[in-house]
Amino acid sequence: MDFMNILAISLETAIGPITAIYVLAAIGLNLHFGYTGLLNFGQVGFMLVGAYGVAVCVTTFGLPLWVGFLVSVACATVLALLLGVPTLRLRADYLAIATIAVAEVLRLLYRAEFARPVTGGVYGRQSFADRFYDVNPIPSGSYGVGDVDFSANQLWVMLVTWGLAAVALLITLALMSSPWGRVIKGIREDEDAVRSLGKNVFVYKLQSLVLGGVFGGLAGAMIALNQQNITPDQFMPQVTFYLWAMLLLGGAATTWGPVIGPMVMWFLLTAFDESLRALSSAGVLEFIGNSEIGALRHAFVGVALLLLIVYRPQGLIGNRKEMLVNVK
Amino acid sequence: MSSDASGAAPGAPEGGAAVDRMAGVEAVPGVAKPDPILTADGVRRSFGGLTAVDVDHLEVQRGTITALIGPNGAGKSTLFNLLTGFDRVDAGTWSFQGRPLNRLGGHRVARLGMVRTFQLTKALTRMTVLDNMLLAAPGQSGERLLGAFARPVWGRQERVNRERALDLLQRFKLDAKKDDMAGSLSGGQRKLLEMARSLMVDPSMVMLDEPMAGVNPALVQSLLGHITALRDEGMTVLFVEHDMDVIMGISDWIVVLAEGRVIAEGRPADIRRNTQVIDAYLGAHRGEPAGAAGTEESG
Amino acid sequence: MRTRLVTVLLAVIAAIMAIPAAAAADAPGGESLFGQIRVPGGERDEGVEGIDISVSQGDEEIGTATTDSRGEWEVEVPDAGDYRVVLDTATIPEEYELLERPAGAERDVTVRDGQPFAVVYRLAPPGEGAVEESPSASASEDEDDDAGGSGGEGEEAGEEGVIDAPAVSSGASFGERAVQLAVAGVIFGLIIAISSVGLSLIFGTTKMINFAHGDMVTFGAVVAMMFSTMTVFSSLHEVVENVPVLNLVANPLILATAVAVIGGGLLGLLLERFLWRPLRRRHVALIQMFIVTIGVSLILRHALLIVFGASRSKYEQFRIQEPIDLGPFSITPRDLGILVIAVVVLVAVASMLQFTRIGKAMRAVADNRDLAESSGIDVNRVTLYVWGMGGALSALGGVLLGLNQTVYWQMGFHLLLLMFAGVILGGLGTAYGAMVGGLAIGLIAQLSTLWFSPQLMNAWALAIMIVVLLVRPQGILGRRERVG
Repeated sequence: MDFMNILAISLETAIGPITAIYVLAAIGLNLHFGYTGLLNFGQVGFMLVGAYGVAVCVTTFGLPLWVGFLVSVACATVLALLLGVPTLRLRADYLAIATIAVAEVLRLLYRAEFARPVTGGVYGRQSFADRFYDVNPIPSGSYGVGDVDFSANQLWVMLVTWGLAAVALLITLALMSSPWGRVIKGIREDEDAVRSLGKNVFVYKLQSLVLGGVFGGLAGAMIALNQQNITPDQFMPQVTFYLWAMLLLGGAATTWGPVIGPMVMWFLLTAFDESLRALSSAGVLEFIGNSEIGALRHAFVGVALLLLIVYRPQGLIGNRKEMLVNVK
Repeated sequence: MSSDASGAAPGAPEGGAAVDRMAGVEAVPGVAKPDPILTADGVRRSFGGLTAVDVDHLEVQRGTITALIGPNGAGKSTLFNLLTGFDRVDAGTWSFQGRPLNRLGGHRVARLGMVRTFQLTKALTRMTVLDNMLLAAPGQSGERLLGAFARPVWGRQERVNRERALDLLQRFKLDAKKDDMAGSLSGGQRKLLEMARSLMVDPSMVMLDEPMAGVNPALVQSLLGHITALRDEGMTVLFVEHDMDVIMGISDWIVVLAEGRVIAEGRPADIRRNTQVIDAYLGAHRGEPAGAAGTEESG
Repeated sequence: MRTRLVTVLLAVIAAIMAIPAAAAADAPGGESLFGQIRVPGGERDEGVEGIDISVSQGDEEIGTATTDSRGEWEVEVPDAGDYRVVLDTATIPEEYELLERPAGAERDVTVRDGQPFAVVYRLAPPGEGAVEESPSASASEDEDDDAGGSGGEGEEAGEEGVIDAPAVSSGASFGERAVQLAVAGVIFGLIIAISSVGLSLIFGTTKMINFAHGDMVTFGAVVAMMFSTMTVFSSLHEVVENVPVLNLVANPLILATAVAVIGGGLLGLLLERFLWRPLRRRHVALIQMFIVTIGVSLILRHALLIVFGASRSKYEQFRIQEPIDLGPFSITPRDLGILVIAVVVLVAVASMLQFTRIGKAMRAVADNRDLAESSGIDVNRVTLYVWGMGGALSALGGVLLGLNQTVYWQMGFHLLLLMFAGVILGGLGTAYGAMVGGLAIGLIAQLSTLWFSPQLMNAWALAIMIVVLLVRPQGILGRRERVG
């Protein structure tokens, strides 16, 4: 068993494109849940419309890539409005069920036979990312330190995605330190109180849903560009659960929580996977096949969620004191 | 309507000119007041067949302390919710300072100058006391999504609001706690904070839902002092309360609700004499069986 | 204003749904492997003709196909199972080459019961395929699986007809199909109802949305599956095979169902006693509890996956049946049995809730926990019973669902959203609401296939739920209270 190799692979994942994508989506979710208190269990739906925004624009309609990005943002906005307008007046858990249901309905619609001319149905969409890699300014080759290395294309995706994540983080930071953010946090604590002080709670919640949803949509667009190949079935509800686990691990309602969470989680998941694989190929754990590793990994996320809530509800960098006064 | 104060019932507290002008007002349900700030007509709300509120006509005099009393389940809180836009009426109209409020959301009502507090205090627990106050300031440009990015613009406003918030906190003796989480305050302090916060909105009328409930007796006097002070500054106060001593001691006018209807209103002395009130409310309040008056609809 | 918004939303949803579904001529039933190989960058029907594809299982070749003028190919396979698909790269026209993404010419796939499985091959102009074959691309490919969050579920594609399309021949008249689908819908709805009574009561008593409820359904089905194949039970059955009544009672599946129901009840009891109650004691907020249920659901589901495997299977017993003709419709004895059991159980549960002390207490606690507590009901004990009953009922629902369709590790999770839909439709927190709502959702899902593709039956059920949320958040039987 090669520890250094496992470490390198895990590190590679922890700073790689996938992690950056999850960070971007988690920043959106943090705005929803951490700051505003919205139970969005359909973040994957935003990622789905974001990913298809780019893919469909480029492949089906032959539009330029940047139009695709705009369409992704527009789709995420429309989805947030469709979700928010009817449900944001209801009790919080209704939003949870509505979001997860809508995300699932979207997946079923995108993969349906009648949508195939547009979305490609179960086959999804391919070959839309060429323009993105054409403008890659990084000379081709391999970059890295030791066993941790990335190709030029991966670096390009990382650069763009981490850049988007940084912008999203800055926007969130600016907003949350402003009076707007104060109202948002007030809504999380008690929306009736905020309403009684003359603030239009509904509009604030909708703004938060749209903004966080757009971050999710951009994350989806980056998934599409990173994979150059998307199908509806990779946008299963599990993706949202992973995001929740990551956000809670890092610490909801903190600036760096949605960044730290996905990095640590992907590091641990990859290390977990690779170690099991190494053990099973070394004959130590022969009975564990590849599918079992996947299953164990999901169960591991479940255990992590459970233990986090019970023993460290504030996450890795959250403020324990803030959590404790939350007893209503 | 004369402004002769001699008609004021003995025992009624000293009030401002607005209280004096109530002198000639008859103590009958739905009576017109000389200068009403709030007028309600035919306001009705029922929950699945049970009529919670059915008020034919009610006026609240500007610049007075008006108490809303009644047995449990009489519809006091529901009426509060309806008037402040936190619940929807089935029928009826009401207006505040001459402006109809029908179908306005709670935030719109607050912006017009009618600010409420809650029976169960709603301190924003995971925010500091000062942030609780600042949140309430009206018309902040930094509260708009795009305005939030223009820090220089809202920064100036913020400084002014901060001054005002600190003044108010000082008045309510919370200034030492300004950087504490609101969740760390005691029940009474939360009530004070909630009252101070509602003043931050710059209201012309405050609606206090059981401001003394769960407050330690030492703080009650201070709360009462704050309430009368508000009235003396010209603000209108409407409050729901259970403690009869408090009500009789502080109110300029009392409205009695039972089974959703106004069964009596008048000065404290009138209410004490009113046999209907004694039957419907004071009896029940003392623990004697008083028919179905509300006990069944509670909960 | 509000009404107008709702109308507009409805119109939007209707418009989305009404996009002609006519093209969706799904042929339900046959297991097959299929695909379309397209001209790179070409239109959707510009296929590449003449590429050979062979399918084998183990060492045995099952069949071969050659792409037609539209580039489409299909190989029928005899049964669900694992197959190897090989594309003969020599038959690819010279102007193209095979893109080694997402995988090479040889693929190992798992075909599910009644599910055609799509195998995607892509071509590229020469040279380009090689570029993408660089180590970097394949490395990121490795991670792509992770991005979908579905590491262990690679076989997900093509299995989405979660609920089997009803076996109604397309030749039947509209009326016949409607009746037949209504029957299927009632059965499916009753199964949802049984499974979700607990979900609704748990919400009522603890205000917690139990995300793990779906996996409790799977738990029941899987436990019954494991015990029904145990030799103890089948040998027990052999002993009494010729005794008329005992013969049925001692049927391995029925015994196994009893075990599953008891096991499900125990699971519920244990979860409440050792997880939820301590968490409530610690004053963990509801949102956090909700997330813990997601954690429990992930653990339970993947534990079942490890124990039971990723395959779908049917119960040995009651498998092959001749439909009985009952005038307007025909029904297999198995489905008739499900129908009868479901109705009997629901009536029993309803009478228990209506007439027994504990039942009344359950409804009282679900209605208003504080009020019930102040009137002297031992709320913790009642909650414990609610969990026990909910667990037992969901396990029974799982067995019935497995009988009606197939048993697989995600069956309950896929049912969960429909259960939510039913519970919301009927009114969160009320047991009767869950029954009515579940039945309605089952009917809606099945009857929607009269006009629309079976692929969308879940979408319809969920869409109905969303509409109900918009116009009547408290549900059909829910009491009107302030939810907004």
